Amino acid sequence: MPQHNSERRLASGNEAVAQAALDAGVALGTGYPGTPSTEILEAFDSLGGRAQWAPNEKVALEVGIGAAFAGARALVTMKHVGLNVAADPLFTAAYTGVTGGLVIVSADDPGMASSQNEQDNRRFAVAAGLPMLEPSDSQEAYDFTLLAIEISERWCIPVLLRMTTRVCHSATLVQTKGRLAPPSPPNFVRDVPGRVMIPAYARPAHHRLRAKLAEIATWNEDHGPNRIVDGERSLGIITSGISYQHVREAAPRARVLKIGLSHPLPVEAMRRFAASVDRALVVEEGDPYLYEGARTAGIAVEQKPEMYRFGELNVSRVRRIVAGDVSPEPALPTGKPPELCPGCPHRNVFEALRDLGCIVAGDIGCYTLGVLPPFSAMDTCVCMGAAIGVGLGLRHSLPPEQARKVVSVIGDSTFVHSGITGLVEMVYNPPATGHVLVILDNGTTAMTGMQEHPGTGRRLDHEATGRVVFEDLARTLGIKNIHIVDPVADEKAIARVLREALARDELSVIIARRPCLLAAGAIKIREKKANAGQ
Amino acid sequence: MPGNSSVINVVVAGLGGQGVLKASGILADTAFRAGLDVKKSEIHGMSQRGGSVSSDVRFGDSVFSPMVPAGEADFLVVLAASQIEVARPALKADGILIHPGLVDETRLANKRSLNVALLGALARHLNLAENLWHAAIKAALPEKLHAANLQAFAIGKNP
Repeated sequence: MPQHNSERRLASGNEAVAQAALDAGVALGTGYPGTPSTEILEAFDSLGGRAQWAPNEKVALEVGIGAAFAGARALVTMKHVGLNVAADPLFTAAYTGVTGGLVIVSADDPGMASSQNEQDNRRFAVAAGLPMLEPSDSQEAYDFTLLAIEISERWCIPVLLRMTTRVCHSATLVQTKGRLAPPSPPNFVRDVPGRVMIPAYARPAHHRLRAKLAEIATWNEDHGPNRIVDGERSLGIITSGISYQHVREAAPRARVLKIGLSHPLPVEAMRRFAASVDRALVVEEGDPYLYEGARTAGIAVEQKPEMYRFGELNVSRVRRIVAGDVSPEPALPTGKPPELCPGCPHRNVFEALRDLGCIVAGDIGCYTLGVLPPFSAMDTCVCMGAAIGVGLGLRHSLPPEQARKVVSVIGDSTFVHSGITGLVEMVYNPPATGHVLVILDNGTTAMTGMQEHPGTGRRLDHEATGRVVFEDLARTLGIKNIHIVDPVADEKAIARVLREALARDELSVIIARRPCLLAAGAIKIREKKANAGQ
Repeated sequence: MPGNSSVINVVVAGLGGQGVLKASGILADTAFRAGLDVKKSEIHGMSQRGGSVSSDVRFGDSVFSPMVPAGEADFLVVLAASQIEVARPALKADGILIHPGLVDETRLANKRSLNVALLGALARHLNLAENLWHAAIKAALPEKLHAANLQAFAIGKNP
């Protein structure tokens, strides 16, 4: 891939964001893998940018904020639910503001192709008080990443770039600009009232934030990345993001207001547009965000019927929205559901959990598929890390004969992401019946496509670095019963160790360690390389 | 439909691990090399784990949505016989089904090249130059696989 010259190529939205980050001189990209955002940092790395995985999104954003305080340009990427994890620094970074440009990518997953919910993160822009850009294809993913940096530095504010699954993972044509003028080099300039959010400094900071947003709102009305596609006045559609593409195809004769910067909304532009057409309809995926914004401003617009809040939009559904069709949608064949790979080391663990009649508090990853037959061995799955807390809550509350069957099951990358604090809770507030935590350590972040994490001892680019050793960590925290089993080499071991652990009213950590089948070959090569380098 | 009447819609379907996304990538790249507007859509993550996988490729003068509307595919390329009925609703009434039965798999130097062989079968119906296909195949695969896949493409194109 040529790097420096302007060129036209076919690229996914994720690749386009990475290319823009490179062209803009972003000094640091960080994040946590999550579909559909994962490929952004991988592409940034392969283009020559500095990209690294953080243990979770909160840490990633904090690192990004630090880089931006230093005056460097930073990119922080995550999937939509990752922004929940990063919400704490997000809300206060809106107050502190930034020096170098800080772009935070939230990759939403309407329709839940690979997620546990379909939250609409445009709500986060409002709640935190941050500008938000919504690209509709790879060209805009490129252009809006550059614009996000520009806005971030002009108003000293972090900017949210909201992608969605179809923008992230669709390849469309992109005209790049080549390397832009580099930012000034990082340099620490002290700004105590600006960056130390004690109440006395945070109060004026809140006023500064609102003043910035008011300025951005004014700028957005006339200079923002919003545009009108002319058409017949009988139908006007207000839209944003991927929905714009469906709208152009489903209603080719309609007049369209496409909103690129959707927070703060260009309310007056929306008002003028609505007044210019006979019927003003808002077409948007997910929550009625643009609609509510328009109605709050007293603009008479029509919204999509409630049934289209659920799932992705597409051309057929937009045709139905335009026609006001609320008849049941035809059901399409669902195809073969995903399943744990044949030979997957998780299989033996879930067979043991099933055969022992365990109540399984599960977590997020490939192994969530343990819920499906023939295993049917998962009873809860809420969010990253919840296996441990939920398992403990069950243990605390169930009658002892049921409590003794509760097992928390979590993957290696998920454990690092947000299971460690759960383990601390387990030590600090142990249930009367004890508890059993199984860490499924397959040596990779398998679900999102084999990314490294702190437990593998390798960085994003697969080079060796410090490694968090789970058994050492558990021992240090005071867990006495620690078992490491290879669920493939010794098929019976996992059932035996589980049975023994369940029979004790003590805390046990079982590490089922065996590399993911899909990653094993690459892991072996990397380990060999690391050993040779020692 | 203005701006859209010339668009060719192709859906590639199969099972995880069969090379569905590789095939749709080669097709999209070939159309790109032909100077057309192109969009390709696919889904990653959990849905890929051994389950049904499909990818949409649309090309022509000007393409909007990256997804082929149900029942509007001009061509449906299916890599697994078991997925034909699952994927068929994508195909329009007079659309063309490209399926594994069109290729003599015993002639393939590498069985894993079925995806590229079916692109050869698809190529018979498309006005995209042979050298562009070859360039896209080579760009998508490591050099050691070039010969087997160019052979597979030829078998699909000239059975």
